[in-house]
Amino acid sequence: MTVISYRQALHDTLRAELLRDQDVLLLGEEIGVFEGSYKITAGLLAEFGPRRVRDTPICEEGFVGTAIGAAMLGLRPVVEIMTINFSLLAIDQIVNHAAKMRSMFGGQVSVPLVIRTPGGGGQQLAATHSQNLEVFYAHVPGLKVLAPSTPADAKGLLTAAIRDDDPVLLLENLALYNTKGEVPDGDHTVEIGTATVTKPGTDITVVAYSRAAVVALDVARRLEDQGISVEVVDLRSLRPLDRDTICASVRRTSRAVVLEDDWLSYGIGAEIAATIQEGAFDYLDAPVRRVAAAEVPLPYAKPLELAALPDAAALTRAIRDTLAGAHLPGPEATHA
Amino acid sequence: MAEASPAPVSAAGTGRHPTGDAAGDPAVLRGYYRQMRLIREFEQRAAEMYTKAKIGGYCHLNLGEEATVVGLMAALRPRDYLFTTYREHGYALARGADPARVMAELFGRTSGLSGGRGGSMHLFDADRRLLGGYGIVGGQIPPATGAALALAYRNQPGPDAEAVMCLLGDATTNIGAFHECLNLAAVWRLPIVYVIVNNQLGMGTPVEAAAGEPELYRRGCSYRIPGQRVDGNDVLAVREAARDALHRARAEHQPMLLETVSYRLRGHSVVDPARYRSDADTQRLRELDPLPAFRTRLIDTGVLDADTAARIDTEAQQEVTAAVDTADRAPAPAVDTLFDYVYATDVANTYRGMPGDPVVAP
Repeated sequence: MTVISYRQALHDTLRAELLRDQDVLLLGEEIGVFEGSYKITAGLLAEFGPRRVRDTPICEEGFVGTAIGAAMLGLRPVVEIMTINFSLLAIDQIVNHAAKMRSMFGGQVSVPLVIRTPGGGGQQLAATHSQNLEVFYAHVPGLKVLAPSTPADAKGLLTAAIRDDDPVLLLENLALYNTKGEVPDGDHTVEIGTATVTKPGTDITVVAYSRAAVVALDVARRLEDQGISVEVVDLRSLRPLDRDTICASVRRTSRAVVLEDDWLSYGIGAEIAATIQEGAFDYLDAPVRRVAAAEVPLPYAKPLELAALPDAAALTRAIRDTLAGAHLPGPEATHA
Repeated sequence: MAEASPAPVSAAGTGRHPTGDAAGDPAVLRGYYRQMRLIREFEQRAAEMYTKAKIGGYCHLNLGEEATVVGLMAALRPRDYLFTTYREHGYALARGADPARVMAELFGRTSGLSGGRGGSMHLFDADRRLLGGYGIVGGQIPPATGAALALAYRNQPGPDAEAVMCLLGDATTNIGAFHECLNLAAVWRLPIVYVIVNNQLGMGTPVEAAAGEPELYRRGCSYRIPGQRVDGNDVLAVREAARDALHRARAEHQPMLLETVSYRLRGHSVVDPARYRSDADTQRLRELDPLPAFRTRLIDTGVLDADTAARIDTEAQQEVTAAVDTADRAPAPAVDTLFDYVYATDVANTYRGMPGDPVVAP
C-alpha cells in the first residue's frame, strides 16, 4: 500500500498498462506535449513516444470515433476527453456506434475502448465547463460507466476498464485529482458493476458516487460523533448499477438520501430513488431524498456557484430532515 | 483551371496500373458482368420482398450503381477493410458474401450476416473484412479512419500492406465527421481511401444545393488529400482509379479521395417514389443504365455472346431465387437471446429485465 493522489493513481495505471500491453495507446487533446491539461499523462509521451501517446487535433467526434475503429481491429485505445462537457461533440460516436456495434453486428466485433473524462463544477468555469453529464451515458445499453471516488478505486477501475472488451466511460472529477489515499501496490483491479459500503451504519443510507461519495463519507464521519449512524454506499459503477447493494443497505437502515453533483431532475439519483422504492418499499420509513445541483446553467459569480452546487451542509440538512420525519404532515400525525 | 493547392486533383484516371491486371481479360470482364447482374437481380428482388413485408425498416438499393460497386470491389484486396453506408447490399455481394445470408439479414433471421440483429443498413462480415453497414450518415467515417490508424500503428507502408476503403455518399461530404476525419487521416498519414459515391442526390437534395464545393473530389484540398473524379458507370475506370488510390494509401500512407459519379435508378429507398425527379430525368437515367450498356459493350467486343449473356442472366435470377428460399426457411432469433451480444465481457449486475418486469426483487 502507498499513499498517492488520485491523479498519480491514474497516471501510474496508464503507464503500467502501456508497459504491459503493446496494444494500449492513448489519444486526446494536449495529453502529450502539454503533459495533459490536468497532468494525468505527464511524462508518458517522453517515455512511450508519439506512436503510443497521440496528441489529437480538436475534433472529439473524429478522434473518439477513430479510437472506436482502432478498437474494432483489436487495439485498446484509452481516450481522454478533456472534460465531460466536450463529450457532447462525440456523443454520436459514443452512443450510436461504440455502444451498439457489437449488438448490431451480431457479436462479430467488440469495441475495447476506454474514455476517461472529468466532470464537476466549482472552479468558476461557468456553465459550459462545469457539467456532470454522466447520466446521458449511464442510460445507454452497451456502455459501461464507472465513477471511482478514491485513488485506489481510480487504479482498480481504470485497470479493469482497460482490460474489459467493451466501451467504458470512466468518470473522473476535477475536485478529486488532488485527493490522496492508500492504493494497493502491483496489480489491482476493482470489479466492474459493483458498489461498495464505505462506511457501515444503522440510521440512514447515503448513496453517492465520485466527488459526492467523498463528501458523503466526510459528513457521515462527522455525524457519527453526534450520534447519527450513517451508512455510505459508493456506487463506483453507474452502468451496470449495483441495485442489490443499494437495496440491501436501505433494508438495514430504512432511510435513504442520494447525494449527486448533477442536476436533480432526471439525474442519476432519480434512478436510485426509483430502485429503492421498488426494492425496499416495505422497509422505508421516509421518502428517498435527493441532494443535487440547482437546475440552472451554472453561473460564474462565486456566491451563485456555491449556492447552486450541493455540499456537505445540504446533505446534512437532508439527513436531519429525513430522520426527523420532515415529510410527515404535522404534529397531530402519529408515526407507527 | 489553375489550382493553388499543392494536392493534385484530376477529373480523369491517371492511367497507371500498378498491379498489371490486363483490363481486357475476357474472363475477368465476364466475371464483372456476372456480379453486376447478380446485384441487379438481388436488389430488384429485395424491393419486391420489402413490398411483401418480408423486409422491414428501410431498404436502400444499389440499382443503377452496379458498375461503381463492382469496380470498387475489384480494386479492393481481400485483406483490405471496407466500411460502407447503409446502401451496401451490392458491396456485400461483390465482396463475396453468400446471397442467402445477405437476404437472411434483410429478413431478420439468425443466418443473416449480422445474425438478424442489424438488418439492411448494418451488414457486417468479419471474414470478408466488411466492417459495416452504417445507418447514421457519416457514422462509418470515424471508425474507418480508426481502422486505418490501427494499420498504421502496426505496419509499415508498402505495396502489399493493408488499407481501408471508406464509402460515403455525396451529401455526407457536408457533415462534420467527414472533415474531422480527413484532417486526422492527413495529419496522422493513414492508409485510407475515402470514396464519395456521388449519385447526385442526398434523398431529395441535389449536390449543388448542399455543397459549397459541388466538385466533391476537390474537398480534400483543405487537408492536402489528392482527389480524383471518375465515371461511376464505367466499371474499369472505377477499378483503375480505386487501385491507384489504394496503392498510394498502402504504399505511402497517403490518404486519398475518390469521387465516383453515378446515379440511382430509383428513389432513396424502396418507399421513396422520387417525385423530386422529373419524368424526363427518370427516363434519361434509364437510358444511361450501366448494366445493359456494359452487356452490349461486351457483346459488341466479343467478350460475351448473346447466349452466354442470357445464361448469366438466368443463373443470376436462379441464384437470387434460391437465396430467398434459403433465407425464408431460416428462423428469427429467439426472444431469450435478446441480450446476447450487448457486452463482450460479462460484468456483474447487468440488468436484463423485460418490459414490465420488477427492477429488483423486493
